[in-house]
Amino acid sequence: MKCLYCHNPDTIETSGGQPYEIEELVEKVLKVKPYFGKKGGVTVSGGEPLLQSKALVPFFKRLKEEGIHTNIDTNGRLLNNFATTLLDDYADLIMLDIKHMTEEGYEALTGQRNMETALTFAKHREESGKAMWLRYVLIPGITNKPELLHALGEHFKDYKTIEKIEIQPYHKLGIHKWEALGWEYELKDARENTKEEIDAAVEILNQYFKEVKVN
Amino acid sequence: MEVKQFKNGIWTEKINVRDFVFQNITPYHGTHEFLVGPSEKTNKLWEVCKVATQEERQRNGVRAVDTEVISSVNAFEAGYIDKDNEVIVGLQTDELLKRAMKPFGGFKVVQKALQEQGVKPNDNLTELFSKYVKTHNDGVFDAYNAEIRKFRSLGFLTGLPDNYARGRIIGDYRRVALYGINALIEAKKVDLSNITGPMTEAVIRLREEVSSQIKALNEMLELGAKYDLDLGRPAENAQEAVQWTYMAYLAAVKEQDGAAMSLGNVSTFLDIYIENDLQEGLITEEQAQEYIDQFVMKLRMVRHLRMATYDEIFAGDPTWVTEAIGGMFEDGRTKVTKTSFRFLNTLYNLGPSPEPNMTILWSQELPQNFKDYCAKVSIDTSSIQFENDNLMRAQRGSDDYGIACCVSYQSLGKSIQFFGARTNLAKTLLLAVNGGRCENTGKPMVDGIKELDGEYLDFDTVMTNFKIAMKEVARVYNDSMNIIHYMHDKYYYEKAQMALIDTNPGINIAYGIAGLSIVADSLSAIKYAKVKPIRNEDGLTVDFKIEGEFPKYGNDDDRVDTLAANAVADFNNELKQLPVYKDAEPTMSVLTITSNVSYGKKTGATPDGRPSGIAFAPGANPMHGRDCNGAIASLNSVSKIDYKDSLDGISNTFSMVPKSLGSSETDRIDNLATIIDGYFSRNAQHLNVNVLDRDMLMDAMEHPEQYPQLTIRVSGYAVNFVRLTREQQLEVITRSFHESM
Repeated sequence: MKCLYCHNPDTIETSGGQPYEIEELVEKVLKVKPYFGKKGGVTVSGGEPLLQSKALVPFFKRLKEEGIHTNIDTNGRLLNNFATTLLDDYADLIMLDIKHMTEEGYEALTGQRNMETALTFAKHREESGKAMWLRYVLIPGITNKPELLHALGEHFKDYKTIEKIEIQPYHKLGIHKWEALGWEYELKDARENTKEEIDAAVEILNQYFKEVKVN
Repeated sequence: MEVKQFKNGIWTEKINVRDFVFQNITPYHGTHEFLVGPSEKTNKLWEVCKVATQEERQRNGVRAVDTEVISSVNAFEAGYIDKDNEVIVGLQTDELLKRAMKPFGGFKVVQKALQEQGVKPNDNLTELFSKYVKTHNDGVFDAYNAEIRKFRSLGFLTGLPDNYARGRIIGDYRRVALYGINALIEAKKVDLSNITGPMTEAVIRLREEVSSQIKALNEMLELGAKYDLDLGRPAENAQEAVQWTYMAYLAAVKEQDGAAMSLGNVSTFLDIYIENDLQEGLITEEQAQEYIDQFVMKLRMVRHLRMATYDEIFAGDPTWVTEAIGGMFEDGRTKVTKTSFRFLNTLYNLGPSPEPNMTILWSQELPQNFKDYCAKVSIDTSSIQFENDNLMRAQRGSDDYGIACCVSYQSLGKSIQFFGARTNLAKTLLLAVNGGRCENTGKPMVDGIKELDGEYLDFDTVMTNFKIAMKEVARVYNDSMNIIHYMHDKYYYEKAQMALIDTNPGINIAYGIAGLSIVADSLSAIKYAKVKPIRNEDGLTVDFKIEGEFPKYGNDDDRVDTLAANAVADFNNELKQLPVYKDAEPTMSVLTITSNVSYGKKTGATPDGRPSGIAFAPGANPMHGRDCNGAIASLNSVSKIDYKDSLDGISNTFSMVPKSLGSSETDRIDNLATIIDGYFSRNAQHLNVNVLDRDMLMDAMEHPEQYPQLTIRVSGYAVNFVRLTREQQLEVITRSFHESM
């Protein structure tokens, strides 16, 4: 997936990175465990962490043995056996990014037709009965439209596992990274939300969700 | 001594303020929502103070100075800010922000400080001090030998209290409120009569000291009379309790100008009186807050006369009116009261300020609402610091203690400490690679260290030499400390403070080190990379070429963190072998105040790649910019220094940008409180927290007039950023600002 607004475009390529043994990672986590407090834990993010879902299963299993809270920050594109194992057994929290509420819009924004897959992913998590947060990037004129926000709310309003929805107002902080990679930033003309636009979106989502948080 | 409205106990039989607090405290677990804003009187007074401090800044940092009178408890008539609006009265001199001469630490220092203001002391005084009266400074230099002078002038020992007052002693100022001065005089008279022969030097000295203390108590009575206060009797209500406590502190800062003169742990004590008056309907919450606001305002206006060079080691004109807030009793109850909140609330009612130096005694068991409020205040004001209550209580033994100066535990009324500045451990390491010679001058400092041959530094050889150097430097350091404290007792005894402390208290001698991160990284470079010394024609190191990578302190890497922890333990062990004046117990701190800049200037290039003259990191901090694995890794490294090896404190000053703590205020509060819990659960001792953007500091450098109250924690204390020199400001800005956890 290659979202037009990606603020970490250096993570889009699936090659690269540094390999770690599971135990090395667990050791790193244990060193910072005293700072987790009551709410802290491990979040795997990306890129798309479920691209490594096979390795995540033993990692999360070890974290659970150490009594550590686990969280996956995902776009919900991959629902293989390893992913379902994580959803059902090892991930205490899923933060699911809903990119768009129409298949066409989804494709225009990310290069992939993935809306149905993401919704299926959400449904699977709902059936597991375990906690989920939704995330939604708000771009004026692209995702910040009343009909899309209502569609999002309508779709999820009866879900019991959704604790909150987090809105990420669009910002341009990632542009320099695209330029550094020699890629064209196609969203150049998009602008940031006004305070009123953010407030209006929050008002709509408040009709459907227990908690709406603006990041 | 019985006071009817309070629960009796040991404290009614003998002097024991801790027992009074223990018996009568009302711990508070609620939120900060009960707090109120400043009263109209407080606002009016604070306006006067703000104008006065602005004038002070405009007049080169000194608004007014007296050149006629030697300051003492009663040298000046009663002074007021604006009498009609003052519910708590008392000034150091007869005028707001007027500084006074306290020449017994050293008359030349007073002359120099006055000269810098374009004035001089009255001629009679000059004659008196040049011909007839001896000071602490005179005494010390009579006794110093050539070796100590050499270590001092070349920068191996720096900032020693040999030409200024040592401070650090905390009088138990609460005693005046609880017992009244008449009862305190009676108790000291009994003590004096029990100090009997044979008249050895120690017995004679103690008899003389206690007699001086009784005189000081009588002077405090007179001081009270000047302000129409009957300090002879116990305080009878909340306003009197605050006023009596302040008068006791005021007597101390009229008589002495010690570098750090902490207040102790008064907030919870005062809460008992306030709670009583509130329960009886005698006062309102507005009045309770007004007493505390005005008390704190007075503490903010304390000033001492200092010369400009003093600013190099203690920048920003600090007074260290350190007040320890919170903590737990040994029975598991919290010492947090509503007045703990009221003290912190002054940072909103009067705005941020470095003084009083509010220090939270943090325990994982503190009420969550209080933890959250402390985190909020820290994020909003960068004016408070945190120390590990569980650790200090367990290892030092008392649950009734204050913080001397920046980070140092001191049980109240039961013990004192002798302040000893610090030795430059980085320069000590350079002796190990320069045949025991000073790297800047080539002067021989330490015997028994061979000149090194070989192209690269060998770790084992350097360590062997380093240990020899540490042993010798410790010896000279101890010699100087014994002389300093002998002379301070003799010529500038703190009689007013000591009158409020048990006769013959426990003493710890507070040694210190600077340059720890430089030492750790240098040893790491020598051990894990290849370090080639570059020498001048005299064979002295002028630079080091490092080939290869090496782990750096501040990244939670045991390979180097152990080197840091061991250096602390080794030097502390050397100090513990040596005889100490008055049989004080040796303790050590890793703390620099702001002298990390001047220590750096006096230190040549070091094997970690630091060029000559560059500032050290403050206290136990990792070197600027080298802790690059996030905030938590940096904290973890510092937490590995064992408090047992550094019982006088391990200072860590920590700066984060606000967004690294979270996107909402609730998240930031939650995360900061969790970080402090995490850090202290690893038995770390101290954390100074700044939540600031570097850009704002840079703007404040350019437009200081827009940031009169901008406060920043530097090393165990806070300063008004705009009162730092440009060099110190730049050093603060180059420190690591953590942008991620």
